[in-house]
Amino acid sequence: MNPSEQRTSRTPPREGEIRIPSGCAIAAVISKSGERMSGNDIIKAMRPMRERSNGLGGGFAGYGIYPEYRDFFALHIFYDNDQIRTECEIYLRSALEIVRSETIPTRKLPAITDEPLIWRYFVTPLRSVLASMQVDENEFVARVVMRINTRFDGAYVFSSGKNMGVFKAVGYPEDIGVFYRLEEYQAYSWTAHGRYPTNTPGWWGGAHPFALLDRTVVHNGEISSYDANRRFIEMFGYRCTLQTDTEVIAYIADYLIRKQGLTLKETASVIAAPFWSAIERKPETERRELKYLRTVFSGLLITGPFSIILGFTGGLMALNDRLKLRSMVTGEKKDRVYIASEEAAIRAMEPDAENIYAPAGGEPVIITVQKGAF
Amino acid sequence: MGVQWVYPEFEVIRNDTRCTRCQVCVRQCANEVHRYEKEFNIMLSDESRCVNCQRCVSLCPTRALKIVKSNCELRENANWNQDTVREIYRQAESGGVLLSSMGNPKPYPVYWDKILINASQVTNPSIDPLREPMETKVFLGKKPSRLERDENGRLKCELAPRIELSMPVMFSAMSYGSISYNAHLSLARAASELGICYNTGEGGLHQDFYPYGANTIVQVASGRFGVHKNYLEAGAAIEIKMGQGAKPGIGGHLPGTKVGPDVSRTRMIPEGSDAISPAPHHDIYSIEDLRQLVYSLKEATEYRKPVIVKVAAVHNIAAIASGIARSGADIIAIDGFRGGTGAAPTRIRDSVGIPIELALAAVDQRLRDEGIRNHVSLIAGGSIRSSSDIVKAIALGADACYIATAAVLALGCHLCRTCQSGKCNWGIATQRSDLVKRLNPDTGARRLVNLITAWNREIKELMGGMGIHSIEALRGNRLMLRGIGLNSRELSVLGIAHAGE
Repeated sequence: MNPSEQRTSRTPPREGEIRIPSGCAIAAVISKSGERMSGNDIIKAMRPMRERSNGLGGGFAGYGIYPEYRDFFALHIFYDNDQIRTECEIYLRSALEIVRSETIPTRKLPAITDEPLIWRYFVTPLRSVLASMQVDENEFVARVVMRINTRFDGAYVFSSGKNMGVFKAVGYPEDIGVFYRLEEYQAYSWTAHGRYPTNTPGWWGGAHPFALLDRTVVHNGEISSYDANRRFIEMFGYRCTLQTDTEVIAYIADYLIRKQGLTLKETASVIAAPFWSAIERKPETERRELKYLRTVFSGLLITGPFSIILGFTGGLMALNDRLKLRSMVTGEKKDRVYIASEEAAIRAMEPDAENIYAPAGGEPVIITVQKGAF
Repeated sequence: MGVQWVYPEFEVIRNDTRCTRCQVCVRQCANEVHRYEKEFNIMLSDESRCVNCQRCVSLCPTRALKIVKSNCELRENANWNQDTVREIYRQAESGGVLLSSMGNPKPYPVYWDKILINASQVTNPSIDPLREPMETKVFLGKKPSRLERDENGRLKCELAPRIELSMPVMFSAMSYGSISYNAHLSLARAASELGICYNTGEGGLHQDFYPYGANTIVQVASGRFGVHKNYLEAGAAIEIKMGQGAKPGIGGHLPGTKVGPDVSRTRMIPEGSDAISPAPHHDIYSIEDLRQLVYSLKEATEYRKPVIVKVAAVHNIAAIASGIARSGADIIAIDGFRGGTGAAPTRIRDSVGIPIELALAAVDQRLRDEGIRNHVSLIAGGSIRSSSDIVKAIALGADACYIATAAVLALGCHLCRTCQSGKCNWGIATQRSDLVKRLNPDTGARRLVNLITAWNREIKELMGGMGIHSIEALRGNRLMLRGIGLNSRELSVLGIAHAGE
């Protein structure tokens, strides 16, 4: 029986119908030389942080996992049933060329139940459609994703970038990694998330990472500015269907980086803007820029506790809220950089990790892979 | 004067054993209620003149005086209440339009009182403003929708002119003429000290107040009183007053008796002449005309001043505001129907316009729906009574709030609602020099600074409770609000959920 059929008037509301705050664990690893790693290490990182999750959601994002389809957008979609899949596929075919479609391989586990239909498609927009709509392929695919997630009840696109993928579910992250057979994927960077929601949404779409195009967000915290951010970002065509902080952060990152062309550092200075008093102490040029960004994008300042890891093609950015209300540490070993909510998680991946460092509130840590290495 | 058909509204209760016959009450009452009969050594009062401004009560050194509502009333009638009947008698006698002042006193719903604010528990820490930074600074003005970079890839950081405020509060428009020199001076000094702005209203800017220009908003209203180039350049921003919440759709009238030498010079009109502001601007009969005035003012000030367009909250306010946002205005001020005034026709004050809470929510949402909320800042006014009203207004979507009634209360106003008489015993809404001097501008400024500083502390406490440490993260954050006792239609206009949801 599929989840939508199980829903009765006594079923608790689904993610998106209500707002569910949650605490969390996050972790990430990246190889600066672009060396690819299986998903085993990142699964290990989540084990010592089991206390930070409650089995109600977790997930992973891997970059560089589909080299043979690097030029195609990989859409990962949850379906409630075959009927909605059929409807959705008709729409997909009308807008996109699908070069491959398949179910995502999984492994049956007692710890993971109630799975929806999980499909992936490698697609490319039809050139003629792009030309007639006068948009680039990224914008077009983003619109397709928004459309499916808002108009097709029972279908949910949870990953939509090139040569990367999100894998998420309801359960503990370490089980989810086994479920999705992450040891079979090779990525130059991985991010991971374990969720501690205050409610029992029981819907896989609500787990993290949250992704739009190749940008993924894992996030720990509850942002107090949520509705201010949501109402601002929804002016620009985004629809926050899940009512989660992570979703709104992913859209903010997409808007600032892709649509407004901000650098990562500039993006960080919008969402975790320095205090006015700190801006006043900066040198002239920097002061002007910070003041400008904070004024223009005042609706995108995020307050409340958060630590986030933003994944993108060729890199990661870690960022804490400006008061540092959530723990987050980084570590290094050779060409690898590790980020996690706790040092224990880093040690689980690399016992000899060096330069353990707790970034200051609002201080972005940006790691990029050497050009050409991914 | 003929027979008065009803007993006076108020009674003067004098405790004769406490009264020392010092006659402070006689000297203090500009309405000439109190009288001393030397021959019999008694105090008498003519209650028919009393407006219940509480001046005598406050100044009586032995607390011998009380003003109470008279209990000699007409036979009870739920339909024809006392006020309605009294007003009919007054009009039958005078044949005139009823005048009154200050805000709408009728028992319409006050939505602020039906909205509750959130606080953090467990999942999110509340923040102590005494320990952590808490920012209330705001900038008002237009924001660009696209960033630009120079040839080196550096951001071009030119912004349209803005108003910088230390907190999201400004003193709303009250003209010199409608209020006194000392009241204006108190407002100007307080605004300077607080790092906020006060507003000249439509009466021009007295020459003594130009030094406070950086904290002054200069208004251009339909009468164009006191408008000249230096005036426009003197302020931090220019406000075009299209309407006022207390009297939407009509103009203003400052009687000639209030136009003394100083007011005459400031307004640039002859001494003793009535100053009549027409109902519309006669060069603005449509939205495209407004655009021309906005740009005329910008041209005159070389695009160095933001332009505010102030409108009364009326039924179609969302569409009107959207039009204004597209007409070059940098800031829109919306004035709700409970806003105060120095004088308004009673019928208009009491039955025209809509509450600011609903107007603000509708405008903010409409501008967002159209993707132009960033093109303008929004100021909400029209009975903002406390710091929690401000927090609620910001969370509904305002960038800042205008307050005026609260400010004159801080100066001593007792809301007797007879400003139109010009005999304000507290030295605020009067031009009579003997009354004006009762308001000490040093004291007035200090009381205003106290009030607004206290409010800012409270705003920070409320924000901290919600886990918010910057005012911009509160703006439009409607999830922080819940309605109580509101129907679903009201909730949907306000864009908030009901308590418990």
